[in-house]
Amino acid sequence: MIKLKKKTSLIDQHDKFGFYGNKFGGNYCAETMRKPIEDLSKLFEKLRKDRKFLKKRDHYFKHYLGGETPFFKLENLTRHLGGAQIWCKDVSAINGDAHKAYHATVNALICKESGKRYIAGDTGAGMFGKNLAMAAKKMNLKCKIFMGTKDISRQAPNVKFMRDAGAEVVPVDSGSKTLVDAVSECMRHYVSNCDNTHLAVGSAIGCNIFLKICAWSTSQISRELKKQLVKEFGKIPKLKLINVIGGGSSALGFWNEFVDYDKKHVELIGVEAKYAAPLSTNAKVAILHGAAQYCLTDKEGQIAETHSLSAGLDYPGSSPLHGLLKDSGRARYTNASDKEALAAFKLITKLEDIRPSLEPAHAWSECIRLAPKLKKSDVIVVNNCGKGYKDKKIYIEQLGYYPK
Amino acid sequence: MKNSINNAFKIAKKENRPALISYTVCGDNTKDKSLQILNSISKDLDIAEWGIPHNCPTADGKDIQNSSYRALQNGIRLNDIFKLVKKFKKTKPSKPIILMGYYQMIFNYGERKFIQKCKASGVDGLIVVDLSFPDNKNFAKLCKKNSICFVQLIAPTTTVKRMREIIKSSHEMIYMISTISTTGSALKYSIKKIIKNYNVIKRIKPSKNVVIGFGITEKTISNLKSADGLVVGSAICREITRSLKGRQNPVTNVSKLVRKLKNKII
Repeated sequence: MIKLKKKTSLIDQHDKFGFYGNKFGGNYCAETMRKPIEDLSKLFEKLRKDRKFLKKRDHYFKHYLGGETPFFKLENLTRHLGGAQIWCKDVSAINGDAHKAYHATVNALICKESGKRYIAGDTGAGMFGKNLAMAAKKMNLKCKIFMGTKDISRQAPNVKFMRDAGAEVVPVDSGSKTLVDAVSECMRHYVSNCDNTHLAVGSAIGCNIFLKICAWSTSQISRELKKQLVKEFGKIPKLKLINVIGGGSSALGFWNEFVDYDKKHVELIGVEAKYAAPLSTNAKVAILHGAAQYCLTDKEGQIAETHSLSAGLDYPGSSPLHGLLKDSGRARYTNASDKEALAAFKLITKLEDIRPSLEPAHAWSECIRLAPKLKKSDVIVVNNCGKGYKDKKIYIEQLGYYPK
Repeated sequence: MKNSINNAFKIAKKENRPALISYTVCGDNTKDKSLQILNSISKDLDIAEWGIPHNCPTADGKDIQNSSYRALQNGIRLNDIFKLVKKFKKTKPSKPIILMGYYQMIFNYGERKFIQKCKASGVDGLIVVDLSFPDNKNFAKLCKKNSICFVQLIAPTTTVKRMREIIKSSHEMIYMISTISTTGSALKYSIKKIIKNYNVIKRIKPSKNVVIGFGITEKTISNLKSADGLVVGSAICREITRSLKGRQNPVTNVSKLVRKLKNKII
């Protein structure tokens, strides 16, 4: 079992080669990328200690992304399920509609600091693409978004946002035409243009520096939540923090400030899509997109195809940081099917005013399974990390309606 | 056998030309066809590189992606590759063969088992695209122990300080990436600049065999003939694609292409 280092933030638990727990992460990349990622690492380490930069980040988070996202109790759902208290950290209320807004904004700020004029990113559900396009526009950067053609058609509203913001959306038609291929193509673009382009990897995946930047950015969520919990409960109560996992960027942000707590005090629960679930189905460790991670492969080691209604979860790999959290026993992982996620959406939207996208609907599904088994004194918080409008068409196809 | 890569360079040098190195994907478009292609072109080659297809090749351009896709579609497995190498070496024991691939394929198979299999089937060298220095130190040592040449890569972005370290830990052959790109795109730099980068490496250690690859075609190859060796990959894979599309025999077409390439550097 891997032991987590106390008082060392999760992203900094790696060795000098970028490995977490001697097993996850690393920098499996072409020689051409070595110097650019080394430069980026140096820049990031400098910026994260730079007061002026932090002030700028906070300014953007507050005035551009709209500041603290709400935290509230779902009274009706709590009553309906009759067990634990259910609370919602509604990250989808951010300007940008998902946690990817933090990550995209920080990447655009770093790109600006690096002096590069071009920024490129991958996207599956389109939330990162959309936010990166908007941040690039705001900061006067030329933006390219790589997206699988299957995702371009199923997440059309977000594609429109990207194009309206002036980004070039590059359709990726290889392989399964989803996120995994978009990330590969975006990395190829970076290998060919690393002299003038900043690579913004869309989740906490990729070579060491990319996942660090991502998880550092989204950790804004848990900084806020910690304060909100203390305000509401006077202390950090006994908690279960439930979050959906695709690559795992929102969960890392949602959990970051709580990793040092005992798991009996703050339990971390990740929910994958049933047929894209490397962490909850005992997948092997594999090298994908520059890092060792739990990843679905076939016997020969080829990367496996995944299936999920949710474009954001349709990815065979997982963040190396989730590998670390799993193997250290700090977090536990489960999964939910398309059907279960849809049923969760149905129930939640009937009882409450939130409209989760398909991704957090998976987290809600686990919440619905779990809450009735718990006591009233138990507190569940779900990260409602994305707004449902982008999946309106899919919800209508599957359920016959989309709630007002 | 041990020095077959070195020998190949010696022979080319004696003939006052660069070594010609091909890259094709093992199993493209079928196992037999890929062996036929390699057998046929090997008379004009000094060293043969054979790609291990992977379905997430993040450093390859369209041409090699297509080749890998075809090979995987036709069911190639790592064990087949070792068998095919063995077959090739049986008829051409002195022709060095280098396997090139992504680390995932080796990691999944098991490093030690992989190297044992390489040794047993007659593989002379390995290029692992995404296992760069210094992360490749242990693996390179393991290769050396088993008389397999681990080929280090140097890119246009590699600093001179890093270059020195890489050269220090390199074996008989070093692979210089010509330009900032994936495989198979057009050369972004002038020939002059590429030769300049090449000379920087050579000056650090003149005795090392340095080959240039990425973006080398019929058009550009003769301008770079002062190098120790030149790798042509995507241009060959493109020819296989073209032949298959036109329902022509890739073996004859690729052989013609390689002959032409050879003629341009002698």
